[in-house]
Amino acid sequence: MMTTTMRKSLLAIGTSAIALVAAGPALAAGELNALVWCDHTDPELIRPFEEAHDVRVNLKEYEGTGTALSLVEQSRPGDWDVFVIDGIDVPRAIDAGILGELPEGTAPDTIFPEVALDELQVRDGKRYAVTEKFGYNTVSFNKADVDPAAMEDMTALWKDDTYKGQIAVYDYYLPVIGMVAMGLGKQTADLTEDDLPEIRETLFKLKDNAALVGEVVSSQTAIATGEVDILVGGGEWVTAGLSAENPDLDWILPEQGGVRWSQSIGVFADSERKDLAVEFVKYILSPEAQAKLATSSCYWAMPANAAAGDALTDQQKQALRWDDQPDYLKNAQLYPSPDAELDAKMQDLWAEFLQH
Amino acid sequence: MATVRRRGGDGLRPWAFVVPALLWTVAFFCAPFVVMAAVSLWERVGTDLVASWSFVNYAKFFARPHFLEAMANSLEVTAIVTVLSILLAYPLAWILAERVPERWQRIALICAILPFWTSYVVRSYAWLLVLANNGVINQALTGIGLIDEPLSLANSRTATVIGFVHFFVMLLTLTIYANLKQLPKNYARAAADLGASRFATFVHVILPLTLPGIMVGAFLTFVLCIGDYITPQILGGNSDLVMPQLIMLQIGRRADFPTASALAILLMVVVTLVYIACARWLKLERA
Repeated sequence: MMTTTMRKSLLAIGTSAIALVAAGPALAAGELNALVWCDHTDPELIRPFEEAHDVRVNLKEYEGTGTALSLVEQSRPGDWDVFVIDGIDVPRAIDAGILGELPEGTAPDTIFPEVALDELQVRDGKRYAVTEKFGYNTVSFNKADVDPAAMEDMTALWKDDTYKGQIAVYDYYLPVIGMVAMGLGKQTADLTEDDLPEIRETLFKLKDNAALVGEVVSSQTAIATGEVDILVGGGEWVTAGLSAENPDLDWILPEQGGVRWSQSIGVFADSERKDLAVEFVKYILSPEAQAKLATSSCYWAMPANAAAGDALTDQQKQALRWDDQPDYLKNAQLYPSPDAELDAKMQDLWAEFLQH
Repeated sequence: MATVRRRGGDGLRPWAFVVPALLWTVAFFCAPFVVMAAVSLWERVGTDLVASWSFVNYAKFFARPHFLEAMANSLEVTAIVTVLSILLAYPLAWILAERVPERWQRIALICAILPFWTSYVVRSYAWLLVLANNGVINQALTGIGLIDEPLSLANSRTATVIGFVHFFVMLLTLTIYANLKQLPKNYARAAADLGASRFATFVHVILPLTLPGIMVGAFLTFVLCIGDYITPQILGGNSDLVMPQLIMLQIGRRADFPTASALAILLMVVVTLVYIACARWLKLERA
């Protein structure tokens, strides 16, 4: 027979367990919960904010906006405070009521104008997110084995079998489809279903030359270990961080241009620590934090705030091709931002490409 | 009266032991399965999930050749892995059970299952480096002059199969070893007394009696292999898309849970059919 004491103990354990489960990620007032990409998990980046504000920043890393939105759906309102999201998916997050309005002055005036993306991040005069980092899905290569001049023409990757078996393709359909579209002389913003057959044909030629199609770690490992010499869809985010170790790893924007990606930062609409969350956003956009974010241990890429240039070393700027940015920004297009129907068709095309 | 009460109490007692497991199964298998089955009948329309209660996601699977190809790839890879693992695990288990002295068997078993102690992901990446163009295998083969150019082993179906077999040989070794240890030594002696050769004894006595161990291990291998995402993703180089990769592709960016759920249900149907076939063959349903 269960004694009163046992019953009380079980009740206490049960109540504690329910409380713990229901508590979600936030347990104390001095904490901030951020849903981020892996570059934000670098302690060098986060520690100064934690020390300055005497808070703990809990970081949950994710890949893919779909995964992030599922995490948010499964959480309670108020669980999350800060959201780092793919730049092209900001409208999706605004539509879903996930992102809250940011106070005026959150975005520094020194953001590179080409990556400000107000058309995606400002609605009805209200700002919901700010671009914090950007880069290119383009061509990374090992210049010890591949002539850099040859990489200036993107069609070299698929027009014949010169590089057969030397190529890895980054496994994300939007940027690679965007790159191939640019190689075919199309504008990424104007892509329609009618463009897909030609893109499919070119993708299949590219697959015939590819040794592998891999996610971030696999493709980075492949080029770093010499398994392949070219990474389609790569860029500074793959090779810049490795350049000090292996100076032969380089990247380039071909004459047809490259696809520009960006990541944005915002505050959850139902955050219960909105002021602190906004302070975190401001910190991430500050020149010092921008330099740390740009050279984060997870991956390197250009800081959105041009003022971060003063906080970067010459070697870091060279690896990021800082001085080429004016030309690169002119010659790059934002990666495709298809509507839901075209998105589904592109994803289907990618499955076909993988299966080819 | 007292007897009746005791009987009533005895009748409930077994349930007290069963209820936690039952609740666990209902909460973490049955309920999610029902939800998944229901969601598979919904549709992703734009950014919304619409409860359309149709079989459109299932129809999509049968209408798209590359979806069907993913299922075919999954079945092919799983079949190859299962057969290879059995062929490698059986001799190992037999040596452990019959040739290794009793006092060393425990240590030998620990050595056999050592790879289980490493993280599955780390082990897969380690294989990637071993099988790479400039990896250990190619360097060794080039070094002894067997090949001039490195073999393309990494990022292929071969790499996926090697990664799987490395893992599942250990699993099958354990199930077959346990079965071999349960066999009374007298069976082999009786067969020898009746004039059977060692080979005939193995084929007609030992092998049939160890089939349950083989089938249990093979079924576990089948289930774990066909549902695995990590190994094909890391080692396969996306050269052959398998079902778990196709399912993840639906979720990654678009969060198309209805299509992903339908594909998962179809995969479960295949696993269930294989289970029924195994159970019938071993006549487990009578047990």
